[in-house]
Amino acid sequence: MDTLLTGRVWVVGDSVTTDAMYPAFAMKLPVPEAARHIFYELRPGWTEQVGPGDIVVAGRNFGLGSSRPVAALFRELGVAALVAEEFNSLFLRNAINHGLPALTVPGATAAFADGDTARLDFAEGWIENTATGTRLPGGALPPMVLEILAAGGILPKLAREGYIAPPTTGPHRS
Amino acid sequence: MGMTMIERILARKAGLAQVSAGQTVVCEVDMTVMIDLQFATAWTPPLRINDPDKVAVVMDHAVPAPSVHDAAGGTRARAFARDFGIARFYDVGRHGICHQVIAENGLARPGEILACTDSHTCAAGAYNTAARGLGPAEIYSILCTGSTWFQVAPTVRYEFTGTRPAAVSGKDVFLHIAGVYGDATNQNLEYGGPGLASIPMSDRRTIATQGAEISADFSTFPADELCRDFIERHSPGGAPFTAADPDPDAVYAAVRTVDLDTLVPQVARPGTVSRNSFPVTEIERRKVDQCFIGSCANGQLEDLAVAAAIVRGRTVAPGVRLLVTPASQQVYRDALRAGYLQDLADAGAVVTNSTCGACFGYHMGLLAPGEVCLTSSTRNFTGRMGSPDAEIYMASPATVAASALTGYVTDPRTELN
Repeated sequence: MDTLLTGRVWVVGDSVTTDAMYPAFAMKLPVPEAARHIFYELRPGWTEQVGPGDIVVAGRNFGLGSSRPVAALFRELGVAALVAEEFNSLFLRNAINHGLPALTVPGATAAFADGDTARLDFAEGWIENTATGTRLPGGALPPMVLEILAAGGILPKLAREGYIAPPTTGPHRS
Repeated sequence: MGMTMIERILARKAGLAQVSAGQTVVCEVDMTVMIDLQFATAWTPPLRINDPDKVAVVMDHAVPAPSVHDAAGGTRARAFARDFGIARFYDVGRHGICHQVIAENGLARPGEILACTDSHTCAAGAYNTAARGLGPAEIYSILCTGSTWFQVAPTVRYEFTGTRPAAVSGKDVFLHIAGVYGDATNQNLEYGGPGLASIPMSDRRTIATQGAEISADFSTFPADELCRDFIERHSPGGAPFTAADPDPDAVYAAVRTVDLDTLVPQVARPGTVSRNSFPVTEIERRKVDQCFIGSCANGQLEDLAVAAAIVRGRTVAPGVRLLVTPASQQVYRDALRAGYLQDLADAGAVVTNSTCGACFGYHMGLLAPGEVCLTSSTRNFTGRMGSPDAEIYMASPATVAASALTGYVTDPRTELN
């Protein structure tokens, strides 16, 4: 698995809740439409600006709140990784289980501004601002977690292990 | 080195003699609870599951179905329960908010691990269960394999002393803790101490439930006499369990004492409970448009009893909507029989079906821009209950009921006399 990523950065603040990323009204929508409402109130219009390979850098207590799978929406938009000074553990697990790397890096928001380019390695546990050269250490993910990411998430892993029929048209989306 | 309550359970279920903070462990899960939303948006039936006796399915978040989208999820949930022989299927009519259903049916047992698709699963920590919310994909994985991994977080212990005053509920105890100590991200919370005997099981569940709002992993209480009585009442003749007590030399990130004698009713201001909760006496005189009593945290029979006692023979203030959602169909029936629902409806409250609906702003009781809500539910995040331009204050059922009568945030002690 390639654990080195480079991407354009978007910075958000502390305690961004799941209600701010996957509001209740979006839970009634198919995933591609629901994804258009991430940060609907915090950063209106953001989902038009974000692109494939981008990296979201957040502050402390990122993803406080519900079990709703926000990571599926980030993946729908092509976001390549989440970085936060601190993750809510349920939110972090959701990211991993949806095949979205999530790296904890204290001090990350001070090292980046919107539009900067970041390089990171989520197995080695570091992130670098390519323009300033600032390199910060992060919490490397344990091997068990890297295995889930290597499989592309928990559902592909289960398909590989024979618990789900191999996807032909993808999981049911209503 | 001694273990905390949660470390003891995780060690036992991982088959290890010892675990400590920082370790990653794989544990067997004793009970996996799936909710209706799991079937509504992305669902593929598995080819095989681990054990149908270790699974329950609860219809709660969107019932009776408010949309075709949710109705179709119900169809898939019923097919799943039928095809895989899930006996513990709580369909509409014997449904309720999953954490109440878990409690009523003895699904959470001391010393065991319970996983569920809802983030307030930490509620079952009131019964000495290592319980936490996990995403739908991970619950699906446990359904298939019977196990999952945990990173053992450091534990903070709250030691209760003194005696809980009558006008102070579990909600007030929790809001006090959240207001003073703030977030507990990536920490476990453990409760105990001599004052615990004055905190009834319903209040313990409120406190355990709301660990989610301060971002904690697990919240657990000891299996004391009150807890054992509760378990015996709700699963008479159930299999014996092995409760988990902390070791005397357990290692904690912090031990904090809460003197219950000194507590007063609390109110959280809009946005968060964390370092944003205050004694009701310090809260501004704020006109409220909607008052809500319900949710997994505070739709229990005891909560409805307190609210009914306050509003009995009185009338909700003009311009105020009081919504009451019993936490389960069983609570609804018990509250109906006890006359609580009559008292509430007579006072002008709208008593709704048991569902998560209003708490998460999904299909009823939504707030308009500019409105102010006082809620006893779980979250006061921006946009949680409708418009992001509405304000959500949070307090106990007693404070919400008293405020519904006056039309502004009110100290319940003035209305209890």
